[in-house]
Amino acid sequence: MPVGRRLTRHLTWWGLAAVPLVFLGVFFVWPLLTVLIRGLWDGGFDWAGTWAVVVDSRTADALVTTALLASLGTAGSLALGIPGAYVLYRLRWRGQATVRGIAAVPFVLPTIVVATAFTALLGRSGPLAFLGWDQSVWAIALAMVFYNTAVVMRIVGGTWASLDPRTADAARTLGANRRQAWWHVTVPALMPAVASAASVVFLFCATSFGVVLVMGGTRINTIETEIWLQVNQYLDMRAAAVLSVIQLAFVVGILAVSAWARRRRERVLGTRTVDGTRPATVRDLRVMVPVLTVLGLLMAAPLFSLVERSLRIPGGHGIDHYVALFTDPPRSVLPVSVWQATMNSLVTAVIAAGIATALGLIVAALNAARGRRAATLDALVMMPLGVSSVVVGLGMLLTLNRSVVGFDLRGSWWLVAFAQAVVALPLVVRTLIPQARAIDPRMRSAASTLGARPWRVWASVDWPLLRRPFGLALGFAFAISLGEFGATSFLARPDRPTLPTAIFRLLGRPGLENMGMAFAAAVLLAFLTAGIMMTSERMRTTVGGDL
Amino acid sequence: MTGLSVEDLSVTYGGRRPVEAVRSVSLEVAAGETVALLGPSGCGKSSLLSAVVGIISPAGGRVLWEGADVTHTPVHKRGFGMVFQDGQLFPHRTVARNVGFGLEMAGLDRGARAERVAELLELVGLEGLGERPVTELSGGQRQRVALARSLAPRPRLLALDEPLSALDAELRGRLAVDVRDILTASGTTALVVTHDPAEAEVMASRVLRMRDGELVP
Repeated sequence: MPVGRRLTRHLTWWGLAAVPLVFLGVFFVWPLLTVLIRGLWDGGFDWAGTWAVVVDSRTADALVTTALLASLGTAGSLALGIPGAYVLYRLRWRGQATVRGIAAVPFVLPTIVVATAFTALLGRSGPLAFLGWDQSVWAIALAMVFYNTAVVMRIVGGTWASLDPRTADAARTLGANRRQAWWHVTVPALMPAVASAASVVFLFCATSFGVVLVMGGTRINTIETEIWLQVNQYLDMRAAAVLSVIQLAFVVGILAVSAWARRRRERVLGTRTVDGTRPATVRDLRVMVPVLTVLGLLMAAPLFSLVERSLRIPGGHGIDHYVALFTDPPRSVLPVSVWQATMNSLVTAVIAAGIATALGLIVAALNAARGRRAATLDALVMMPLGVSSVVVGLGMLLTLNRSVVGFDLRGSWWLVAFAQAVVALPLVVRTLIPQARAIDPRMRSAASTLGARPWRVWASVDWPLLRRPFGLALGFAFAISLGEFGATSFLARPDRPTLPTAIFRLLGRPGLENMGMAFAAAVLLAFLTAGIMMTSERMRTTVGGDL
Repeated sequence: MTGLSVEDLSVTYGGRRPVEAVRSVSLEVAAGETVALLGPSGCGKSSLLSAVVGIISPAGGRVLWEGADVTHTPVHKRGFGMVFQDGQLFPHRTVARNVGFGLEMAGLDRGARAERVAELLELVGLEGLGERPVTELSGGQRQRVALARSLAPRPRLLALDEPLSALDAELRGRLAVDVRDILTASGTTALVVTHDPAEAEVMASRVLRMRDGELVP
């Protein structure tokens, strides 16, 4: 290849790569670095100031609470998710696919919806108010279990379904009874998957901001809600930055454990996969009935009470709260109607999803051919996954609340869309890259030999095959942006709330009407998100599967 | 002296359209004898073997050992060992701990276990490899470990399900002779399933043919 041509190819690659790199640089890396620096630096290297925040008793409390909540949430999710994995993945029965689909619903619900639903269930005048769990650690842990059981079932179930049952048979022929075969063969084989599920869930629980902020009230604070409090109530950016550094260190620690568990899983499992499922028999009902009952109750109770309380009005039931969504509430409650907030959310989410999928498509196109620089780019765009959205929000608040190269971003609602795009990008990329790599490179070569220029190759081979995954990614990004609460709660202006921040405001105001409106708005958000998710799931396909 | 007797054994796989994999098969294996079950894949020979060992429960018929009915004895109390087609070694255990598994289940103490494991590793020609992870072994070595593992608790009967079919042709020929010698040396009663007539001839003293779930006379 002539030097000139090679240079052009390099320039094209880097020219395309520059788009996601610049975006992430400005809206993710720079804010993140600013947080780090602010955490350690205050007009000079300021260890004393940093240390004062680190040893503050509030910080210690928040750290202990974060670890406690995450441990409770993880333990509960495992306790329910492992039997659930057995029933939903190892066994085979009619209607299973539907139940699996329903069981995955909690995971796609926005945190604010889950928090509101559990408030409806356990809070004052809720059906389970008598438990006295309102604003307690137990209530929050339960909401985390609601969220993450699906994650455990997916990860452990996947491994369990492909475990060769004959390995346990082999143990039986060597004199092991059922329980011994389970302990000596099945448990060790499942352990890496359980460990990896546990570390993922622990990470999710340790960074579940919205649930704690809504359900914890003033008494229960994790590091993330403490960051929010320092910014929004004490106006202490410095303390917030130090806490963010602690949070980052915490997350990096969990990620390291998670990576270690994953490596072990791959080593033990090897490459062999078999179908290890078996049809359920009458005897399996002894396990299936209790497991499915508990799962069903955990899912139905909060969602049912959310809907019930959104319809509850003095002296009966009616749609008054839904009607109220279209009217302007008193200014002290919310500056605009919930309907207007919903419109804000939709517009912001459309922009965020557009940015995230456009960037994702570029990254996927550059990753179609494997290589070191492509892998580095991939790793880079995945980074926001490891950083809590609260830290992303704080970072953007600290850096971009000013004019950047001539653009005045101060208090601009565009920031919300950019933050949501950063949060959604990793999932978009994970949806698109495997599909882009699954396209046989020989198909592209075939197109080239027929005289297609590089962009024509992409347009006539890659794009038609990526169109459906693109739709899926767009839907995901849209749903994530719509429900995004962590970063948004730092960046959304009070006079331009999104639907999640409006719900949060309504929950914090006294009065039955405000509560009722919050419940109605949460139902609306749940339906919007679930609807988008279900529509985009229909785009799920395997590339080339229909060839 | 009678060893294993199988009387009118049938195996049916349920489902919307049940499949009769084995149709009232009767056979006998004398103590110390090695019998081969030969047939094309899908003829039901593996199902028959699994039912004899007790991994699957038969739809009808009986399995007897020295005249005693063991049809409803649970697998782990039946005292029948099995070598699986792909070894089914426990990936999280070393070679020695794989071979020692049955002895652990039988409650042997550490010293007695180590002694027996060493003895068996020598028998299958893998002396000194006890501390290796099984994931680092070659295909032939794995099947030797599988054989040693199932012989360790001294099973009354050893069932071998296509023990060599996962290996390449040359190795298969060599290992078939080894398996025969090992079975003879340990005096084990064995029932071996294979689709390879040559292998059956080498390993077994008697060959039974099977087709469509029935023994061919």
